[in-house]
Amino acid sequence: MSLLQIEGLGIDFGGLRAVNDVSFSLKPGEIVSVIGPNGAGKTTLFNMISGVYAPARGRVLLDGEDVTRMPPHLLARRGLSRTFQNLQIFQSMTVLENAVAGHHLHERGPVLADLFALPASRRRSRESEAGARALLERVGLGRAASQEAGSLSYGALKRLEIARALALKPRVLLLDEPAAGCNAVETEEIDHLIAAVAAEGVSILLVEHDMKMVMRISNHIVVLDHGEKIAEGEPAAISRDPRVIEAYLGAQATEATHADG
Amino acid sequence: MPELLQFLLSGITVGAVYALVALGFTIIYNASDVVNFAQGEFVMLGGMITVFSHAAGLPLPLAALIAIAATAAVGVALNKLAIEPARGAPVVSLIIITIGASIFIRGATQLVFDKQIHRFPAFSGDRPIAVGGATILPQSLWVIAGALAVFFGLWLFFTRTLTGRAVLATANNRIAAQLVGINTNYVMTLSFAMSAAIGALAGVLVTPITMTSYDVGLALALKGFAAAMLGGMGNPKGALAGGLLLGLLEAMTAGYVSSQYKDAAAFVVILAVLFAMPQGLFGRKSTDRV
Repeated sequence: MSLLQIEGLGIDFGGLRAVNDVSFSLKPGEIVSVIGPNGAGKTTLFNMISGVYAPARGRVLLDGEDVTRMPPHLLARRGLSRTFQNLQIFQSMTVLENAVAGHHLHERGPVLADLFALPASRRRSRESEAGARALLERVGLGRAASQEAGSLSYGALKRLEIARALALKPRVLLLDEPAAGCNAVETEEIDHLIAAVAAEGVSILLVEHDMKMVMRISNHIVVLDHGEKIAEGEPAAISRDPRVIEAYLGAQATEATHADG
Repeated sequence: MPELLQFLLSGITVGAVYALVALGFTIIYNASDVVNFAQGEFVMLGGMITVFSHAAGLPLPLAALIAIAATAAVGVALNKLAIEPARGAPVVSLIIITIGASIFIRGATQLVFDKQIHRFPAFSGDRPIAVGGATILPQSLWVIAGALAVFFGLWLFFTRTLTGRAVLATANNRIAAQLVGINTNYVMTLSFAMSAAIGALAGVLVTPITMTSYDVGLALALKGFAAAMLGGMGNPKGALAGGLLLGLLEAMTAGYVSSQYKDAAAFVVILAVLFAMPQGLFGRKSTDRV
């Protein structure tokens, strides 16, 4: 049974078929990467799945339920969360507050209890904060908790965004270039983090340009070119697929094969 | 000395009204970065609807409640019909939309009600209370209490409740707020409703003192806006302090210099403060990541 199923998804921008007839699925705990040259439609595909764009064609099924064109906040409540390539962080909040915000959904209580700061309300806040701190530790931002988020480096913000997404306790996590702007050490940390999250049963859909990382951690790869799916399969098979090499890997082919071997 | 006390008391009364208007600005600004120039019309509607409901035979408290609820509904309509459809437009366009909305509301009020000046009886009579040689109207105490109650209510709302923090999160980053499951459309609607209700409350409280008519909104919006800027736009503490300060400045100028200069003096001081502290008295420094 697949947790996330994409069926014939497509969208046009003016006369341009940005994405057309893309289908694939994710099982619980599976890491699926979407790769393709710049402008292939990877982020557009993400935006459709996560409710930022309304697809013109096709369906998105989350655990069997049709969630096509559902707004992002409702998807979040159903267990689908994502990060953005160009970062969507609460810049003027602290790092901890950003992570706590991810607990928003799990912290609902009676408004009056909150207003008078009753024990139950304070306990909920404490639990959120403890959960948020644990997640920050997990992404290596434990010591930055009280800093203003806007003061962090790009790579740290990437990890903060992952921590916030994890705070929602998602079933499906969409990561748009989590390792962009990170150095080799940070990339490897993110690598381990993604694998560990997937091992807990969270399905992960990944867009990433770091081919070594993609080949290393993906269970399954979907290749887009000009908005169409041109191949999908296991990393080893993808890296040898002549269509993929022609469309995308090009000069990087040797490098990717090397990483794979 | 009683003179000074008298000016202080009247300054605080007027300042409390400005503070209420400024608090209304603060809420919508916090949720959307929009400065809602229809804020003054909410005050006007609060007064006018109470006047006409009361004249129709309803008891004053009920008339006031109806006015506040109806104005909140106008606020929601403003968001749904004018702001939400234009989402994605630059903030400046949204601000211009609110100016258009304020002209529309003023015109509609003129047609639905009339162009006369109205008032209704004060809540606790008109007999002035003597305070150390000066006097204060009981209604002034209502105004001051109203401003304080709204301020503390908002403070609790924004710091203690999840919904309040959702409003702040939406202001900070709308997409990020949606990602963590916040319904940002609801947050916007709620902000307009609250802001309109607070404006209407100000109108209800102040009408027995200043009277009301269809065109009192513009001047109040300007003063409330100035108060909010003085205190630091977006900060409830700043709105309260800015409002009171502006009221006091006006009362002192009117008392010791000339009432003709009271607006000018107030604005000169505001300009001076903003030159030295562009973020206002309580505003936080904003930094943009490039």
